[in-house]
Amino acid sequence: MQHYSMNLKLKVWRQRNTNDQGHFETYDVENVSSEMSFLEMIDVLNEQLIAKGENPIAFDHDCREGICGMCSMVIDGRPHGPWKGTTTCQLHMRAFKDGDMITVEPFRANAFPVIKDLMVSRSAFDRIIQAGGYISVNTGNAVDGNAIPIEKEKADDAFAAAACIGCGACVAACKNASAMLFLSAKVSHLALLPQGEPEKKQRVVNMIAQMDKEGFGSCTNTYACEAECPKEISVLNIARLNREYLNSTLSAD
Amino acid sequence: MLDAKIPSGSLSEKWTKYKGSVKLVNPANKRKLEIIVVGTGLAGSSAAASLGEMGYKVKAFCFQDSPRRAHSIAAQGGINAAKNYQNDGDSTYRLFYDTIKGGDYRAREANVHRLAEVSTNIIDQCVAQGVPFAREYGGLLSNRSFGGTQVQRTFYAAGQTGQQLLIGAYQALERQVALGTVQMYSRHEMVELVIIDGKARGIIARNLVTGELERHFGHAVLLCTGGYGNVFYLSTNAMGSNVTAAWKAHRKGAYFANPCFTQIHPTCIPVSGDHQSKLTLMSESLRNDGRIWVPAKQGDHRPPNEIPEDERDYYLERRYPAFGNLVPRDVASRAAKERCDAGYGVGTSKQAVYLDYAAAIQRYGKAEASKRNLGNVSPETITQLGKDVVKEKYGNLFNMYEKITGENPYEVPMRIYPAVHYTMGGLWVDYELKTSIDGLYALGEANFSDHGANRLGASALMQGLADGYFVIPYTLGNYLSDEIRTNNIPTDHPAFVEAEKHASERINKLISINGTQTVESFHKRLGKIIWDKCGMARSAEGLKQAIEEVRALKKEFWSDVRIPGTINEMNPELDKAGRVADFIELGELMCLDALERNESCGGHFREEYQTPDGEALRDDENYMYVAAWEMKDDNWQLHKEALNYEIVKPSQRSYK
Repeated sequence: MQHYSMNLKLKVWRQRNTNDQGHFETYDVENVSSEMSFLEMIDVLNEQLIAKGENPIAFDHDCREGICGMCSMVIDGRPHGPWKGTTTCQLHMRAFKDGDMITVEPFRANAFPVIKDLMVSRSAFDRIIQAGGYISVNTGNAVDGNAIPIEKEKADDAFAAAACIGCGACVAACKNASAMLFLSAKVSHLALLPQGEPEKKQRVVNMIAQMDKEGFGSCTNTYACEAECPKEISVLNIARLNREYLNSTLSAD
Repeated sequence: MLDAKIPSGSLSEKWTKYKGSVKLVNPANKRKLEIIVVGTGLAGSSAAASLGEMGYKVKAFCFQDSPRRAHSIAAQGGINAAKNYQNDGDSTYRLFYDTIKGGDYRAREANVHRLAEVSTNIIDQCVAQGVPFAREYGGLLSNRSFGGTQVQRTFYAAGQTGQQLLIGAYQALERQVALGTVQMYSRHEMVELVIIDGKARGIIARNLVTGELERHFGHAVLLCTGGYGNVFYLSTNAMGSNVTAAWKAHRKGAYFANPCFTQIHPTCIPVSGDHQSKLTLMSESLRNDGRIWVPAKQGDHRPPNEIPEDERDYYLERRYPAFGNLVPRDVASRAAKERCDAGYGVGTSKQAVYLDYAAAIQRYGKAEASKRNLGNVSPETITQLGKDVVKEKYGNLFNMYEKITGENPYEVPMRIYPAVHYTMGGLWVDYELKTSIDGLYALGEANFSDHGANRLGASALMQGLADGYFVIPYTLGNYLSDEIRTNNIPTDHPAFVEAEKHASERINKLISINGTQTVESFHKRLGKIIWDKCGMARSAEGLKQAIEEVRALKKEFWSDVRIPGTINEMNPELDKAGRVADFIELGELMCLDALERNESCGGHFREEYQTPDGEALRDDENYMYVAAWEMKDDNWQLHKEALNYEIVKPSQRSYK
């Protein structure tokens, strides 16, 4: 792999706090190595800003391995940037070339208020899980792990849905700021497993009610969520969610 | 000598006897008792959820935006349990024995045996929660092997086991939040411990969004705050992982045990340049199938695929035929360093070795072709079939490698090098997980007790969940049963006022230094000192130098650090400054501990103490103890806990 160095212009959203109106600022970043990650490039810019006595850009990040779901950012109009199936922390600078102008914004949705600069609050997701995204089993109540065999295919599908990292890119990608992909991934994960069966009816109803309450929009099937999801969660989960919802609201107890 | 309060009786009956005789708290009293849990990784989430289910009033804290982000989520390979589902001779005893031996005889027998006993309950609990472990076609759970063992006892969910286990614990936690038994404080960091009449009674937490300090009371405080690997700056830990909560407790009297026992993981993606902010692990599970090698000739610059088989040195298979590529981490790391230092390293930096999947792809391809009855198939088809199998097993890891390096590991061998991954040391705890401060407990990686001088793969997840789900719910009751008459202490108590004042003064001091160097630059310099002199190889001379260098760095930090912004706003640089200041102090203690321990064991390799063939040379006569350090007026005093091996006979570890 050929490595190279580049000079870039960055147009970054700056917002002091939730109440501030916010605006774009433009910065020059020089000698960026193609081997850097996108966040390492921002680290370099931040070190320069601190040296100049300016405030560094605030952004969420933690594991930098694409699994914790903490990093966000809309890069050139796309949540987590241009690479498919990739979180911002795993995006590397070889995706860009010398002279590029890169626009960086926070995830935007009413349910995700900006805390500062590129940082948003995604606590609405936690509240959706609180509404029913679990199996009610207290510690110590379990039977042997192999007591209930689960078809491999179902287990694999449940795993694929459970791979969601709760980052909120689906919401940021959706023109309606709908959280349907996030919610459907959890409903699917649990509904596909025999352990999730007893609560499946009230789970889906309660979680959807909470989603609506949080101010997320409706799903109009544009599939932008699937296209931008860093874990490539399938929209088939949304179809499964709709089926679960219909089953639960139309069938008698 | 320190007393770990290990119950009497035979090793295999201690925990059962303890559970049968431990004091209980009745349900009405549980509702009156408040517990603070700091950190929401596997240990913290599982503890908070379980204690909430039992009826206690729990307050849980994490610095991330959601409890689900804690760094347990990044664990890849798996979780051990002595289920013996594979009928390959596993048992509680064998898991216990492997862990003790893997830890190079520096772990506490009673704790490790308990860990092995509850390991099977963890798998059951997780399955019941809906954790989607890998399964075989018959619908039963699948297993694989990890280092330092000769059985298959590792349960996994592709390369995302930590994620799935943490989501399980997180969901259990959120369920308790919904039920009102747990109150969750995210984007909060513990900055001070409150002690009243010798007992931990609360914390001062900083709201990271507003910068405000808050006082929180608890009848007991649980620190589940992970390890301190980020003292090295570059590690596989998350950027925010820190030692601050544990360090505050240490400064208030909690002993810090075996700080020099740190784990360098053999298979990580090598450093690519000065910009590097963190390192990424390539799961140990890859050593199930991958083969590690370097060119047999020094300075061989040919691309790996052009180096013929007989000009390669599969050095782990050569040196350790019995365990081959699956030797424990400390052994594999040192062997990689030895080859690179001797001039056999690969890649541009020459600080890397190959992890090769070519043979595995062929082996799986042939097996798959035969399984499908394909008869006479082309080599291309076999390769493709093999790649598909490898993809199913390790796909996410291979993807991650490709994203970071830009190279395709299905075609060219991965380049890997050891990196800091885990810390076996931590707050000293007794059998009940209680620190040397009454009412203060430490769980998971934050404590020291189970892994000795080296942790075996897939055992961190096991320990985190064991402590949280199955140990603390019993042991905490033994303490709280005596606290039922303690009313909530109002947070205007002088101890709270004093603790908050102390925290506030420190923050004010940090921000008013207004020097010239960034927090990051100090952190990098600290990391380099510790990596060079207290990393994979240590010597008395180097450690003495390191102590001087760290002390000088501390002085410089407190006179020249520059922190932008103000206190009462979201200020990540200020948060980081507090953490780095604590890491600097810890760095000194690590070197002191490494200097004091005149032997090599597990991850602690003192160059002066090695066998003729370069293996760690223990000194059981003089160092078979836990080194627990007490901080006194910015200096340290050593306390020792003798390790008594009743069952296992310590011997020179051999994986040959």
